[in-house]
Amino acid sequence: MEVPLAVLVGVLIAASVYLMLARNLVKFLFGLVLLSTAANLTIFTAGRLTLFEPPLIPYGSEAPSTVVANPLPQALVLTAIVISFGLLAFALVLVFRAYRALGTLDGDAMRVAEPEINPASGEPSRREA
Amino acid sequence: MLSWLVALPILVPFATAIIAFFLRGGGRKSAWASLVGCGALLVASIVLLVEVWQRGVVVAQMGGWPAPFGITLAADLLSAVMVLLTAITGLAVAIYALVDVDEAQVRFGFHALFQVLLAGVSGAFLTGDLFNLYVWFEVMLISSFGLLVLGQGKAQLDGGIKYVALNLVSTVVLLTAIGLLYGLTGTLNLADLHLAVMKLDNDGLLTVIAVLFIIAFGIKAAVFPLFFWLPASYHTPPVAVSAVFAGLLTKVGVYALFRMFTLVFTQDVAFTHGLLLAIAMLTMITGVLGAAAQNEFRKILSFHIVSQIGYMVLGLALFTPLALLGAVFYVVHHIIVKANLFLISGLAQRMTGTFELAESGGLYKSQPMLAALFLVPAFSLAGFPPLSGFWAKFLLIKASLDVGAYIAAAVALVVGLLTVFSMTKIWAEVFWKPYPRGDLPAMAIRPGERLALWAPVVLLASLTIVIGLMPEPFIVFAERAANQLVNPDAYVKGVLGGAL
Repeated sequence: MEVPLAVLVGVLIAASVYLMLARNLVKFLFGLVLLSTAANLTIFTAGRLTLFEPPLIPYGSEAPSTVVANPLPQALVLTAIVISFGLLAFALVLVFRAYRALGTLDGDAMRVAEPEINPASGEPSRREA
Repeated sequence: MLSWLVALPILVPFATAIIAFFLRGGGRKSAWASLVGCGALLVASIVLLVEVWQRGVVVAQMGGWPAPFGITLAADLLSAVMVLLTAITGLAVAIYALVDVDEAQVRFGFHALFQVLLAGVSGAFLTGDLFNLYVWFEVMLISSFGLLVLGQGKAQLDGGIKYVALNLVSTVVLLTAIGLLYGLTGTLNLADLHLAVMKLDNDGLLTVIAVLFIIAFGIKAAVFPLFFWLPASYHTPPVAVSAVFAGLLTKVGVYALFRMFTLVFTQDVAFTHGLLLAIAMLTMITGVLGAAAQNEFRKILSFHIVSQIGYMVLGLALFTPLALLGAVFYVVHHIIVKANLFLISGLAQRMTGTFELAESGGLYKSQPMLAALFLVPAFSLAGFPPLSGFWAKFLLIKASLDVGAYIAAAVALVVGLLTVFSMTKIWAEVFWKPYPRGDLPAMAIRPGERLALWAPVVLLASLTIVIGLMPEPFIVFAERAANQLVNPDAYVKGVLGGAL
């Protein structure tokens, strides 16, 4: 069960790196979504994976009778999903606001905070973004 | 019984944040609430520090779950002093923000976000659990996002994009690293990880995970070549915000590196700490060269944060008791100096109307007091005796020479020299040369606002002078803190207690 998941994580990371290398910020965000999914799957896989064995202890005994799934990574993943959901919502709104204010989605064209310096004159060149 | 003491530096800012949130519509009420909250945080952190100094590591098991099963809060000397510095910076910025932050930003919840940021920073310093550390990073991050783009200037949105994008990548890398480390060891408690890692025979995989941690915390700490978000964004928000960011945020990354690479990842010091050494030197050099190329007050200071981070990482990379001592001392000195310089840049901007060096000038003549106050942190940053930065650099360079790291020592010295260059550039342009457009505008500062703007600068500058003139107690302190890092047994015993 671990091997297909590991392959899946690899594919997800490859796709997300491809997307994040794009200049378009929306693509970057999609890449980030894939990357955090890959991270969550990694944690999920790093815990034990078992089919049809919930981590429940039978009434009257003190330990589970068979090898069961580890519930802790699943709790971690749940926390991480919630957090990344919040961050992503913020990032989307931020990109939208930046698009409205700066008129572009190209990360390289956003030079308001760091204007390009013209090497000849040493003055910031006023190229319209 | 002491457990609430460790939790207080987290609870106080959270409680203040809630109060400030509900008062945000009431004019200055939320600012005063924020100020009182910072005062309370300062008291709480001093009490915690005294307790840690007298009794050793103070530990609290949240919810009564024994370690390593529950979430542990633990304060050793490093954590305690970092929390104290958080409180000092928080207080200085809260005073400054009384005037600096405008009403619209207060209505949007500046003070609530600011307090949540302080809670997140304190939480990151105090937690003894790796996943909990991740959560505190997120708390810190989301509030810093809010603060950074509050006001929504074009430059702020632009800087915010870069800040948000790179920091989100860092959190995902951190999460992956934590997941893999958990898969390898089956524990998330830092003290328990210290023991679990020793029993492990898969050192290669562990080193891979260690490098993932270096990347994740390296982005937060703004080391070479991962620092580009910092100079892109730190000069855009209101001065109060950049001051608290400059003082605290990158240092959380540095602290996390200290914690992980003294307590957990010590299996392959030659590789991991060798890598950190290379990173440290490159960070120092690129930071200071970047600063030399800038012509804007806050941009110069931003690049200097990067170069100073290099010194701290250098102390960790050398990994001797003296080097760690120097690094701890450096962090203490740096937070105070850096926050102060950003506040001074704000004062200079209020008086000249600009952050651009070329358009600024004349402050030495019109504001000799401010000029003197600038010289204290500026010279301290560059490492002039007898200010705090001199001792910090002296200790680190001596530590490098002791282990024969001559290149590192040379780099540290040259970077110190180049720092003087940048500081004299600011001095010559902003203070020394006459104001380029005739007389300095008389706008400056209304009398009622004077105290709030000057008090934090004077407070931080006097701290710098005190550390500089009386370094002895601070060095003794840093030595004990460094010893706790080198010999983590007390920490481990304190956290795991009966479980050992």
